[in-house]
Amino acid sequence: MNLHEFQAKELLAGYGIAVPEHRVVDSAAAARAAIAELGGSRWVIKAQVHAGGRGKAGGVKIVSDPEDALAAVAAMLGTRLVTAQTGRRGQPVSQVLIETASDIARELYAGVVVDRSRRRVVVMVSTEGGVEIEKVAHDTPEKILQAVVHPLVGLQPFQCRGLGFALGLDAAQLPQFTRILTGMTRLFVDRDLSLLEVNPLVVARDGSLLCLDAKANVDDSALYRQPALEALRDTSQEDEREMRARKWDLNYIALDGNIGCMVNGAGLAMATMDLIKLHGGSPANFLDVGGSTTRERVAEAFKIILADASVRGVLVNIFGGIVRCDMIAEGIVGAVSEVGISVPVVVRLAGNRADLGREILGKSGLRLTAAAGLSEAAHEIVSLVAAA
Amino acid sequence: MSVLVNRDTRVICQGFTGKQGTFHSEQAIAYGTRMVGGVTPGKGGGTHLGLPVFNTVRDAVASTGVDASVIYVPAAFCKDAIIEAADAGIALIVCITEGVPVRDMIEARIVVRETGARLIGPNCPGIITPGECKIGIMPGSIHLPGKVGIVSRSGTLTYEAVQQTTDLGLGQSTCIGIGGDPVPGTGFIECLELFQHDPQTEAILMVGEIGGSAEEEAAAYIAASVSKPVAAYIAGVTAPAGRRMGHAGAVISGGHGTASEKYSALEQAGVVTARSPAEMGNALLAALAATRGS
Repeated sequence: MNLHEFQAKELLAGYGIAVPEHRVVDSAAAARAAIAELGGSRWVIKAQVHAGGRGKAGGVKIVSDPEDALAAVAAMLGTRLVTAQTGRRGQPVSQVLIETASDIARELYAGVVVDRSRRRVVVMVSTEGGVEIEKVAHDTPEKILQAVVHPLVGLQPFQCRGLGFALGLDAAQLPQFTRILTGMTRLFVDRDLSLLEVNPLVVARDGSLLCLDAKANVDDSALYRQPALEALRDTSQEDEREMRARKWDLNYIALDGNIGCMVNGAGLAMATMDLIKLHGGSPANFLDVGGSTTRERVAEAFKIILADASVRGVLVNIFGGIVRCDMIAEGIVGAVSEVGISVPVVVRLAGNRADLGREILGKSGLRLTAAAGLSEAAHEIVSLVAAA
Repeated sequence: MSVLVNRDTRVICQGFTGKQGTFHSEQAIAYGTRMVGGVTPGKGGGTHLGLPVFNTVRDAVASTGVDASVIYVPAAFCKDAIIEAADAGIALIVCITEGVPVRDMIEARIVVRETGARLIGPNCPGIITPGECKIGIMPGSIHLPGKVGIVSRSGTLTYEAVQQTTDLGLGQSTCIGIGGDPVPGTGFIECLELFQHDPQTEAILMVGEIGGSAEEEAAAYIAASVSKPVAAYIAGVTAPAGRRMGHAGAVISGGHGTASEKYSALEQAGVVTARSPAEMGNALLAALAATRGS
């Protein structure tokens, strides 16, 4: 689950980490009051959406006149911000963060992630702050410095000192730097985060360190024990169909193509998308119906897939392991009759009692094409959609 | 020969009397797995599926002798269950449950390593040596005793790989589902090493997916240490960056972990790759033929 920037900053502040003075507003009137409370003469206005790339997309403005600040807030609220990381429709802006602008001398990067190769939490820092860290990692990996966090003792001060000196900080700055890195690491572990980034971590002209932008993602599997974080969920930032799918324990992700997919198993679902592409088609979604493929869930999955107006055909690919294909076929027939589907549907059943399943599909009198092989199924749906 | 499990492996189930534990233990017994009991705290002393139920893993070990444990308990209790099995001295721990928090796995894995045990999973189909021992949720019927070692991050996609090698008459020595989580107990490299040293395994089929760099690291290991023919398929060529594709581990972040990067690393290591999931078996045949030809 993603958090907003202001939520991530409030978590950081809870661990004693310095963030700019700020207010979160959802109206122009609140913005006026916020500016008055913050005081000062320069402010940063930031649209709160679950996506990066806001600066280039007009979601971040620096202003030095209160009227300009109010105008910037008014211009952002109620719109949809389209950035390089959002879909074409963008993300709705219903909250705006107003901060006192900082005097920046240097921009650094600090992040905490799980390193899969080491199977440990790792702290990363870089002198290349304020830019896309993925690009730094790709082009100049030597500019990313790391410290591995031992699960028993946590991040140690010596590790922070090592990183701090390597970044060119002076001895007077190291206590604050150490507090920031150890605080970020404790926050990451305590609150079951899967990503925590401060980018940029700025060195102000007076030498102090400040978290100018923050990003935090929570490990979805741990949300059950992080109720305070679950309460921060902003459903307006999530895809409606993905949310609806989640209610049914279906794993759905909308994509740009026109062939809907319904598959059991995440790996097989990805492989099915790839197969459609290989045969010249384009998948409209990722959808894992999971292990217990009941009629109700298949029906709901069809409804979610068909709610996407660009879908011109559906490929159902089920490998019946423990689940019997005849039962799945009955579920599909029931669901298709119930939902009333006007686009071609190709069903590939394999595994346990697949022959019986195909027979049930064939006798249903519905517009279902049964396919035995993986390639055959993909070829069939791509041709049907192309012909339609 | 096979790897990790065979007809003599004595297996218990943690979460034995629950719905999943009951169903899959029945399937395992029917397959011929040497199930010797199960653990459900509070139900010790009774029997279930004709086998003894114990309150603790230690009780089970003391009473019957146990080589492996399979875990079906809910995700919130998996860390405890894994560590309990390791603490009782069980050598092979297979955790099927999905949705275990990453922090729990980082910690549990360390304890497991301290005890010298091996953990497979979580979020995996399990491990099977066809005709001998099935630990997990995979359908036994699609397997055939044979010569291909299969290691995979995915569940149903593994079944596709199994089915294809069965249809080609190659069969499988052992199939290991390592699971789709960011921090698995056992990775590709450990499995490749086991298969390399197993006389029954003549070729290896690796099924990977987007996310992380496990396949790239496996490719480096293959280049250095695997002489047997290897074929591979990677799912997720069409997956968009930044989106988690079902498995917690399957996400392309910052341009890394893409299928094309993984394919090129594997191909440079001499692995025959399948670009279509329908071609996994054929890629394996090509890998076997190339080795015979050289």
